[in-house]
Amino acid sequence: MSEHDSVYDGLSGHDAPGDDSQWAFGTDFEDPLAGVDTTIPDGVDPAVLATYCLMLGDDALVHSHRLSQWTSRAPDLEDDIALANIALDLLGQARLLLARAAAADPAVVPVLPEGSPVPPEDALAFFRDTADFRNLRFLEPENGDFAETTLRLLVGAAHRLALLQRLATSRDPVLSAIAVKGVKEVTYHRDYAGRWVVTLAQGTAESRRRVVTALPRVWRHHAELFRSHPVEVAAAASGVGVDPATVEGEVGAVLDQVLAVAGLERPDVPAAGPMPGGGHGMGRDGRHTELLSRLLAEMQSVARAHPRGLW
Amino acid sequence: MADADRSASDFAADGGHGAVPLEGVETGLGRAPSGEWPLYEVFVRGKRGLNHVHVGSLHAADDRMAVRHARDVYTRRNEGVSIWVVRADAVTASSPDEKDPLFAPAGDKVYRHPTFYDIPDDVPHM
Repeated sequence: MSEHDSVYDGLSGHDAPGDDSQWAFGTDFEDPLAGVDTTIPDGVDPAVLATYCLMLGDDALVHSHRLSQWTSRAPDLEDDIALANIALDLLGQARLLLARAAAADPAVVPVLPEGSPVPPEDALAFFRDTADFRNLRFLEPENGDFAETTLRLLVGAAHRLALLQRLATSRDPVLSAIAVKGVKEVTYHRDYAGRWVVTLAQGTAESRRRVVTALPRVWRHHAELFRSHPVEVAAAASGVGVDPATVEGEVGAVLDQVLAVAGLERPDVPAAGPMPGGGHGMGRDGRHTELLSRLLAEMQSVARAHPRGLW
Repeated sequence: MADADRSASDFAADGGHGAVPLEGVETGLGRAPSGEWPLYEVFVRGKRGLNHVHVGSLHAADDRMAVRHARDVYTRRNEGVSIWVVRADAVTASSPDEKDPLFAPAGDKVYRHPTFYDIPDDVPHM
């Protein structure tokens, strides 16, 4: 039976002090981590878990910041709010994931002046340098127009949703709880972006031209989404993470389905190569484009100017 | 336009404030220029709410997009469990010109309120 068996349930039997059931709107907020065991499971290297959480958290943080740059600039009020909502969903995921990284391995958190009230997840977001970020380079380019933004959101959400769906059964109870919450959010992100890509591609000549122009720009970094990093492989081997190579088929099927309805095809563009400077030259190694440095400079400047600030 | 020429379709129940003249407002009805999205009225049922309540209006290209937009614009603060949307031009509203004949007669019928009864103590929720 549903929780709304009787429309009168909400009006009776709630007389306890502090009970807020008389309010029709905006109550019953949930803490996604309520009651979750935060100890690190046996056989899991805390450093691997922390770095893996940084990867997923940094993806969410960078994508969130890019989407927030649309605020007050979207084509209409409704989509302005929709993009801000999506940015906030991702920011919430970033906060939980960075906090989990800090709890798993406090050594990843930058050292702040004595007495700073900045919590660890904020220290990770605002006081790390570019080379310490582990996000995909796929998420770094500037937004471009609305067509490019929704295309990047479609590909990014399809990828993230596939990862989160598997992480729901992670051996780490915190990662699992974050993923369960995130699946609902990112399902909507993918749906929102997919609808817009189809609408724009099958809309006017101008809207289709914009989607066709944006597709190769987004697809350039597509291969990076499914390239395994050693930390991801290790996290998958210990049962807490997901090797992104294992979701390529599923994500590809979703994207092909949307592209087919939109009357588009996968563009034939050379994949962006590794960045110079050691490691595998991936975003996951901390090798980033200059665009991320500029994004972080803008995002971090206020917090860095006030390392003892209380927000 | 002269009041005498107005018909019910020239008003919408916009904004929850009763009839609002649509003259000069684009609703997607015939006269609207192409390229403008039609106006929708949004109704949300809250978690504890008994019925859908009018919460505002928005523009959308079609019915399904209107539901999505309503979710994004009007259920951000954990309000909703159900959404209705309806094209504003599908709402027939009473005209402000009819205000007196429609509503004034009820103004002095105090005996229509159930306030002249003694309610027994064991009757709940009254």
